[in-house]
Amino acid sequence: MKFGILVNEGPYTHEASDSALQFTRAALAKGHEVTRVFFYHDGVNNGTRLGVPPQDDRNITREWSSLAKEHELDLVVCIAAAQRRGLLDADEAKRHGKDADNIAEGFRISGLGQLIEVAIQADRLMVFGD
Amino acid sequence: MATLHTVNKSPFERNALDTCLRLAKQGSGILFLEDGVYGALKGTAASEKVAKAAGEHKVYVLGPDLAARGMQEDQILDGIQVVDYAGFVDLAAEHDRVNAWL
Repeated sequence: MKFGILVNEGPYTHEASDSALQFTRAALAKGHEVTRVFFYHDGVNNGTRLGVPPQDDRNITREWSSLAKEHELDLVVCIAAAQRRGLLDADEAKRHGKDADNIAEGFRISGLGQLIEVAIQADRLMVFGD
Repeated sequence: MATLHTVNKSPFERNALDTCLRLAKQGSGILFLEDGVYGALKGTAASEKVAKAAGEHKVYVLGPDLAARGMQEDQILDGIQVVDYAGFVDLAAEHDRVNAWL
């Protein structure tokens, strides 16, 4: 079965990003396909590589990045939500004249059409958020 | 098969559970996760309506989220089934659709 995952909440807020991660891991472990993980609203904050959580705490961004690497997941950050919150890749940073970018490995910035597409393509859309 | 409803907020914080119970068709699946697991406890102000719902729907609670809050399975209302993340995936796959009451 194909799952789409929507994350609407930032890391370390309540539990949405952790739940989405655990669900994604469990779905992959069962042999399901995770077609795309879409980060929307404050969920885009999961995609910054500049977060430095305490060493004895989980690093949610890094966990998403490594899971994406291992399973070739498509981690997509909503561009409009990302720009409002200061999450930029190199192209966007250049386009807006910013001095740095901060998107983490394995994430890419794209539009809301990517959410619509996965909602159509996947058998189930799992929504995690506040 | 029916819809799986997920409730991730405590019934003492938001009205997501009430809305879910009001609108879920009989025979739905309802999964409590995150702070939603407080809705599965015995002896609370929400227990009576949740016990009633367990008679009309299949009610589940996510075990790891119970454990993360220091709760034991013997504190859970009768008729509520404890599942792990693999069980959550199975529930999502077995139902026709999933509706998250955020």
